[in-house]
Amino acid sequence: MSYIRKPKFHHPDLKTNDLGLTRRDYEGTLTTLCGGCGHDSISAAIVQAAADMSLSPHRVAKISGIGCSSKIPSYFLSKSHGFNSVHGRMPSVATGANIANKDLHYVGISGDGDSASIGLGQFCHIVRRRINMLYIVANNGTYGLTKGQLSATADVGSKTKSGEESLYDNIDMATLAIELGASFVARSFSGDKKQLVPLIQAGLSHKGFAFIDVVSPCVTFNNTNFSSHGYKNTWENYISLSQVDFVPMKEEITTSYDPGQDKSITLHDGSVIHLHKAGNDYDPTNKENALQHINKHKKEGEIATGLLYINQSTSDLHELQATVDKPFNLLSNHDLCPGNESLIDINNSFR
Amino acid sequence: MKDLVSANKINTIPKINDFIVKFANVNGSGSASANNMFAKSIFRMGIPVSPHNIFPSNIQGLPTWYEVRVSEKGYLGRREGVDLMVAMNEQTIKSDIDSVLPGGFVLHDSSKPLSDELIRGDVHFLPIPLKDIVLKEFDKPSQRQLFKNIVYVGALSAFLDIDFEVLTKMISDQFRGKEKLISPNIHSLELGYQYASDNFKCPLPIKLKPSNKNENKILINGNTAIGVGCVYGGATVASWYPLTPSTSVVDAFDKYCKRLRIESGSGKNKFSIVQAEDEIAAIGMVIGASWNGARAFTATSGPGISLMQEFLGLAYFSEVPAVLFNIQRAGPSTGMPTRTQQGDLLSCAYASHGDTKHILLFPSNPKECFDFAADSFDIAERLQTPVIVLSDLELGMNEQISEPLEWDDNRRYDRGKVLNEEQLKSIERYGRYQDSDGDGIPYRTYPGTHPNKGSYFTRGSSHDANAAYTEDGDIYAEGMDRIALKFKTAIKYLPEPDISNIKKHKLGMIYLGTTTSAIQEVLDSLTKKGISLDTMRLRAFPFHLDVKEFIENHELLYVIEQNRDAQLKSLLKIECNALEEKMHSIRSYNGVLITAQKIETEILDSLKTSEKNKGISA
Repeated sequence: MSYIRKPKFHHPDLKTNDLGLTRRDYEGTLTTLCGGCGHDSISAAIVQAAADMSLSPHRVAKISGIGCSSKIPSYFLSKSHGFNSVHGRMPSVATGANIANKDLHYVGISGDGDSASIGLGQFCHIVRRRINMLYIVANNGTYGLTKGQLSATADVGSKTKSGEESLYDNIDMATLAIELGASFVARSFSGDKKQLVPLIQAGLSHKGFAFIDVVSPCVTFNNTNFSSHGYKNTWENYISLSQVDFVPMKEEITTSYDPGQDKSITLHDGSVIHLHKAGNDYDPTNKENALQHINKHKKEGEIATGLLYINQSTSDLHELQATVDKPFNLLSNHDLCPGNESLIDINNSFR
Repeated sequence: MKDLVSANKINTIPKINDFIVKFANVNGSGSASANNMFAKSIFRMGIPVSPHNIFPSNIQGLPTWYEVRVSEKGYLGRREGVDLMVAMNEQTIKSDIDSVLPGGFVLHDSSKPLSDELIRGDVHFLPIPLKDIVLKEFDKPSQRQLFKNIVYVGALSAFLDIDFEVLTKMISDQFRGKEKLISPNIHSLELGYQYASDNFKCPLPIKLKPSNKNENKILINGNTAIGVGCVYGGATVASWYPLTPSTSVVDAFDKYCKRLRIESGSGKNKFSIVQAEDEIAAIGMVIGASWNGARAFTATSGPGISLMQEFLGLAYFSEVPAVLFNIQRAGPSTGMPTRTQQGDLLSCAYASHGDTKHILLFPSNPKECFDFAADSFDIAERLQTPVIVLSDLELGMNEQISEPLEWDDNRRYDRGKVLNEEQLKSIERYGRYQDSDGDGIPYRTYPGTHPNKGSYFTRGSSHDANAAYTEDGDIYAEGMDRIALKFKTAIKYLPEPDISNIKKHKLGMIYLGTTTSAIQEVLDSLTKKGISLDTMRLRAFPFHLDVKEFIENHELLYVIEQNRDAQLKSLLKIECNALEEKMHSIRSYNGVLITAQKIETEILDSLKTSEKNKGISA
């Protein structure tokens, strides 16, 4: 469908946000993914999240690797610069881009093949380096673009469409991210927009490395009843920690929440995430608790979702390295070149 | 006092400012700084000198050598044969002594007697009880170890007539701020000097005489010069993975950034250095940063270049600037990691799958390392493609006499074709890969520039002039042709070859990089034999048109390089249609710098053969 141009027609009654932009201004090109692909719901969730929080589209950079998941950046925010890099290496490109300009929002989109197999090393290291960005893994447990091989996130016993069974232990990207020091870790389901949209908004507002593992079924190759990443299995075993609400910084908080029932977390930019209690007493600021919670549900064959972990007191790479306030890509000749006089001193030190 | 030379009746030709001193040490014993001090003192006496460190891939215990060539004529390449061996390593002492030229000298530690099989009748032995001296003078084992090296430098100053004040001043300079270390070091020098003067007739027939050849020059290694060049060239991002012999490039960048790139007032850094998890991530960060408008580089060597191949193809095809410094070492595979080679020429020229080509720069001295480092950022941004600066271990890690580094304060960085917000406003439709100027170089924009103009999708998959994905073969081919045109345009931005004389002689020599160090010596020696050649030193790839012309204008060309497979010759054949029959390859690939003697011998042999052949055919 890539040859079809998206019509530019806007419904006259389309709502505008604080920037005077409509939802359409946050869309990308028409999707070329299979009909019903979970990834399209992720694109739609990003469009909604960015539009609702009035993000300037051109102040976002979208970076991806290779695979079905890595096509997603084409389908949202066409006014942003995008970079579809090489397989498994999005983290390094995003790291470099972030170092060059600390003032943009960075959205990294990857998949389970891209981040849990070929790019597992780079994934681990971008978490360690605390790059200030939102990193989304569209996780379908399969290699869609090469027609349905098992990926490293597929559970043991999970079967492909052709009947191949996963013999090896899977990699849980969320627990891995928590272990390695990610300061915002969430899991969601592409089919649960109500949960996913506020998580994306909170991830974009979080200062530090925000990671969302999104179970996103592959309708063509991995939507079987034997797959832990299919629609059926996900819906049936979906454990939502709590309902999440995101309140942007500019919005006045009018709704009153019962402090005994709900938990609010104020992010760096002043926006607030509300976690409505859903039968448990979950504390997302406790690392050990988060890991325990995920593993407990995993043992029961369930997928724990929601905001799993948040730590607002970490520093990002720029703070750790004490870089100047001005983005590197705005530093001028004058800022950077020490001039010949310093060179005379350097020469003298080699005589 | 022993007058060795007359007593032994060994014929020793007196040599002033023209000899080789070689130090054979055990690595990790602290010999490197003592040996450096020896070389630098000769530099400070105004005499041309070139030290070559031949070291193992190891931290402690293996043999290491430090070869110092002194040459009043300024021949700074390597030469076979040792005039004075400082034999400090029992593991290698036999072969070290064997390598000394007849009439030469062996300085050794006589605390333990030399075994009979080591004695040669045609060289002079200079026994000094180094171990006994330091045992008596110093209490701590570590001091004894370190100062033993300084004692032999002291002895050498008597043997070779090194200005003692030069040495003591160097010690004071080196340990400024650590005053406690100055007096034991100077004392050690004196101990060696005294022992040599008391026991031997000093100086020896081979000796130094102060000269004036190093006025205004500096003694610096290529990697340091690159590091400084990156600071001057405006690099803000360095991402790298530790790899000998490239590591010291980033060390130098770090050192000079900490000195010159701290924001006054805030004390914050105008640079970022990331030690990556591997070379793939290193080049990925460079590409990400360059894409976003910062000047970024990585430094690596052969194994790193192998890992970076896929990303290099991405940067070539999606047209993202990147700067790489490849400090070549002997491959293939792990090869000889601490030995020099020019073996990555082809793997860099065409790195990555598919039709690719990369800009290569070939510095041959530290001044050029500095210049090319700074220039490489302008070139990469002007041409929107990776630039690989090909240095090697020899140039990168050894101190070399160089012209001083210079910077024109009126120079402004060439950031290439980048549209800013104002320019975007005035443009009706922006196409990332449109060739508006007909030179094959399109216009780029940085992310975040304009609210609704100038955004595009960078990708390694086929794309049209607007950066949109396409599988239309004709559009793909058009794009590939435009990039080929860009590489034709590239030539005018690259340093031209250094050509002596076109058409003057029938014979020519083509070479690049560290091979250059041997050339003047070859030319002088051949001139004496009535043979004259023109020379062409290549400084960049793709080649200038002059390169083809030079090849066409000569009957026979010696292509001199330091790899097994004659990679430079192949490159000239591919790119300049050079004929095989007129290209005579001279190669050296044993991991140490090629010598003038090897080149000269091969040229003379080839001329003899061709004359013989002519005789037969006549």
